[in-house]
Amino acid sequence: MSTLLDVRDLRVSFPTRTGMVEAVRGVSFTLGRERLGIVGESGSGKSQTGRAIMGLTPEHGRISAEKLEFNGIDLTKASKAERRALRGKRIAMILQDPKYSLNPVMSIGRQIIETLRTHEPVGRAEARRRALDMLAAVQIRDPERVFDLYPHEVSGGMGQRAMIAMMLVAGPELLIADEPTSALDVTVQLDVLGILHRLVADRGMGLIFISHDLRLVSSFCDRVIVMYAGRIVEELPASRLSEAEHPYTRGLLNCMPKIGVDRHPLPVLDRKPEWAL
Amino acid sequence: MTAALAIDGLSVVFDDFVALEDVSLTVAPGESFGLVGESGSGKSTLLRAVAGLAPVSAGTIVVDGKMLGDKRDKAFYRQVQMVFQDPYGSLHPRQTVDRLLLEPLAIHGFDDSESRIVRALDEVGLGASFRFRYSHQLSGGQRQRVAIARALILEPSILLLDEPTSALDASVQAEVLNLLEQVRAARKLTFVMVSHDLAVVTHMCDRLMVMQHGQAVEQLASTDLAAHRVTQDYTRSLLTASEGFRRNG
Amino acid sequence: MSETAMTRREWLLTDRPQSRLQARLGRAYVTWRRFAANRLAVIGMLIILGLIVLAIFAPLLAPYSPYVGDLAKSRLLPPDAAHWLGTDDQGRDILSRLIYGSRLTLQVVVLVAIIAAPLGLLVGTVAGYAGGWVDAVLMRITDIFLAFPKLVLALAFVAALGPGIGNAIIAIAITSWPPYARIARAETLTVRNSDYISAVRLMGASPWRIVLRHIMPLCISSLIVRVTLDMAGIILTAAGLGFLGLGAQPPLPEWGAMIASGRRFILDQWWVAAMPGFAILVVSLGFNLLGDGLRDALDPRGSSQ
Repeated sequence: MSTLLDVRDLRVSFPTRTGMVEAVRGVSFTLGRERLGIVGESGSGKSQTGRAIMGLTPEHGRISAEKLEFNGIDLTKASKAERRALRGKRIAMILQDPKYSLNPVMSIGRQIIETLRTHEPVGRAEARRRALDMLAAVQIRDPERVFDLYPHEVSGGMGQRAMIAMMLVAGPELLIADEPTSALDVTVQLDVLGILHRLVADRGMGLIFISHDLRLVSSFCDRVIVMYAGRIVEELPASRLSEAEHPYTRGLLNCMPKIGVDRHPLPVLDRKPEWAL
Repeated sequence: MTAALAIDGLSVVFDDFVALEDVSLTVAPGESFGLVGESGSGKSTLLRAVAGLAPVSAGTIVVDGKMLGDKRDKAFYRQVQMVFQDPYGSLHPRQTVDRLLLEPLAIHGFDDSESRIVRALDEVGLGASFRFRYSHQLSGGQRQRVAIARALILEPSILLLDEPTSALDASVQAEVLNLLEQVRAARKLTFVMVSHDLAVVTHMCDRLMVMQHGQAVEQLASTDLAAHRVTQDYTRSLLTASEGFRRNG
Repeated sequence: MSETAMTRREWLLTDRPQSRLQARLGRAYVTWRRFAANRLAVIGMLIILGLIVLAIFAPLLAPYSPYVGDLAKSRLLPPDAAHWLGTDDQGRDILSRLIYGSRLTLQVVVLVAIIAAPLGLLVGTVAGYAGGWVDAVLMRITDIFLAFPKLVLALAFVAALGPGIGNAIIAIAITSWPPYARIARAETLTVRNSDYISAVRLMGASPWRIVLRHIMPLCISSLIVRVTLDMAGIILTAAGLGFLGLGAQPPLPEWGAMIASGRRFILDQWWVAAMPGFAILVVSLGFNLLGDGLRDALDPRGSSQ
C-alpha cells in the first residue's frame, strides 16, 4: 500500500494570556488509500490535527512537525500559494455544518463549478456537466433543480451532500471529514455516510474521518486513532475495537448508554492524569 | 391517582407553521417519560408549550390535576422546572453561579437562601468552590450541573429536560445522566425528557413517544423498543439508524 | 486558605473566586487590563481625568477671576507670561475662564448622560422585550425624534423653554436618547429568546424583573461605549447652543459662548476664539479615545473568555 500522507511528531500550539498552549502534542501516523478515523472528545486536538494537514490552522497558531508529507510533497516547506493549489484539488475537507461552509449568496451549482474551474481549465459546458454528474453521484435525485438552488433552500442532509459534491468534484486524493454528519438527523446521517463510503471506495481516496463518536467511526473506518489531550493514546484496527487496551478507549466505549442494556448508573470515565503525559 | 402531566389534543402554531399537531399523552407521578424524534418533530416545542414558552393554539395541559391557562402563576414554576439543551446558552453570561441560584429564591421569597445554595451545589456534585465563578469559568458539564441545580432549587416535582446532554462529550454525558437519575430517585421527580438519541431515552425513561413532523408516531415502553416490538416503520428506521453504520447496508 | 501566599494579581485573576467581592473585582481587573493595554485609550482617560481635576480645583488653579477683568489695562492682550492664553474684550484672563468653563462642560456632559442614557436604555429594552404594539409605539416615537437633526431639534426646544444652561442641558438630553433606545432594543432582541432569559422566565420572574435585572446589564456596556463616543457631540451641541446665544448666558464662561464672543475679533485677536475652540477639541478627542478603548475592553463579543 502506497503512503499518501506521512505525519510525524505534529505539534500545534496557540498563544494565550498564560503562555503557549499545545493543542496537538506530537501526533504521528501514516495514511494510505484507506479510511482512518480520529476519535476524541472536545479539546483532544483531533480537529486541529485535521486543520493542520489541510493548512487551515488559525493565523496565530504555530505548527511544527518532523515530517508532514503528502504524496512526496513536504507540506511544512510548501509556500502559501502551493498549499492553496493543493487545497481543493488534491486535499479536500468537509466540515460539520453545511450552513456555515456553503456560500449563502451563490447557488449550489455555481459553487461546485467555481471550485472545479479554480483547479482545472475546463469549459463552461463541461464544468456544468461534471457538476451535475457530481450531484447525481451524491444521490441527489433531481440534480438540475438542486443545481439552481441556494444553500438556505435545501435541508441539512441535502446541504451536506452538496458540500460533499463540491469537495469531490476536483477529484482529490485525500479527503478530511471533520464531524461530517454530527449536525444531521440520525436517519439522514446514514444516507450521507453511505454516499461518502461508496465515493471513497470507488475513487480510491484516502479518508480521515474525525469524530467524537467512537462507535460510528469504528463502523465506518478501517483503522481508528484515539486521541486524548493532544496525543494519540491508542491506534487499532476498527474491527478489533472491542479489544482496545487503553483505559480511556475502554471508558469511552463503556460510558455510552446502549439500547437493551440495563446499566444504572452508567460507568463513568475516571480520568487519570498520566494519560495526558 | 391523578397524572402528574396530562396533555390532550395539544397543537402549537407559529404564524403559518404547525409545529405540533393534536398530541396527547399522560405521565404518571414519579414516571420518566421520553420524547424522541428528529429535528422539526415538535418534541422540544411540546416541552416549551408545557413550560409556557410556546403558545398553545389548541388542546389542554393539566399538571397535577390543575388545568393550565395562558398565563402560568408562580406556584406553577415551583412545580415544573426545565433544563435546556445548550449549557453555553442557558446561563447568563454576566452572572456568577451564586447569583444564578439566588435569583429563583429571591423571586419566590425564600429566606434561607444561603443554606439552600450551598445544598444545591452539593447535590449536583460541584461544591462551594464553584459558587462565585462566572459561567465562562466552567466546563460544559459543570455548566449543565449548575443548570440542574438551578432547576432543582425551587424543589419542583416535574423536571422538563430538553436534550440535556446532547451538547456534551460522551463521558460527561454519562456523568450528567447518572446525576439526573440520582436526583430523580432522591426527590421522587417526574421526568419528561426530550432527545434525538434513542439509547439515551431508553436508558433514562420507562415509556416514550416517537414523534415526526409535529405528530405522535407511537407510544411504547422502553423495554418494547429494546426488544424491537415496534409497530411503526418510522420507529424501526430510527432504531436501525441508532445501531450505527453498516458497510453494505 | 493560602491566600497570603498569593500575590494580589493571582488573587484577582483566579478561576476560583471565594466570595462575591473577589469575583466582581476579578472581572473588573480583567476589563481594566484590556483597557490599559490600549495606550490611546489611557491618554483619553487622562485627558478626561485632567478635565475633572480642573473642574474640582478651579478656584485654586485659576490665576484670575473668570468674571471680572481689568477693562482699562488688560483688554485683548495676546498670550504672554502674565496671561498665558491672553485676555478677551472684557479684559478677562482666558485661561481662568477656560478653567472655570470646564465645570460647565462637565455639568452638561454628566447631566445629559444621566438623563439620556437611562431613558434610552429603558425605552429600548422595554420595546425590545415587550414587542408587539408597545414596541411599535415606542419605536415610532423614537423615529420621530431621529428624523430631525439634533441641533435643530435642540434649538427648537431651547427656543420653547427659554435660553439658559439648564434648558440647554434638557434640550440636548431630550434629543440624544433615541440612538440609545435603538441600540438597547437591538441588543435586547438578540438576547430575549436566549435560553438564559427563558430560564429566568421559568422561575416565575415578572417581565419588569427580567428587563431590569437580566436584560439591562447586558445592554449597559455597549451603551456606555456609545455614550462616551457621543460626549464629543454633546459638547459640540452645547457649544453650538452657546455660540448661538441659546445656551449659557453671559458672563458664564461656557466654551461655545466664548467662541461666539471672540468671533468679532477673529482676524486681529485670534486667541480669543481659538483658545476655547482648542479646549473643545482636546476634550472631544479625549472622550473619543476613551470611548474607543472602552469599546474594546467592555464589548463582550470580542472577549468572552
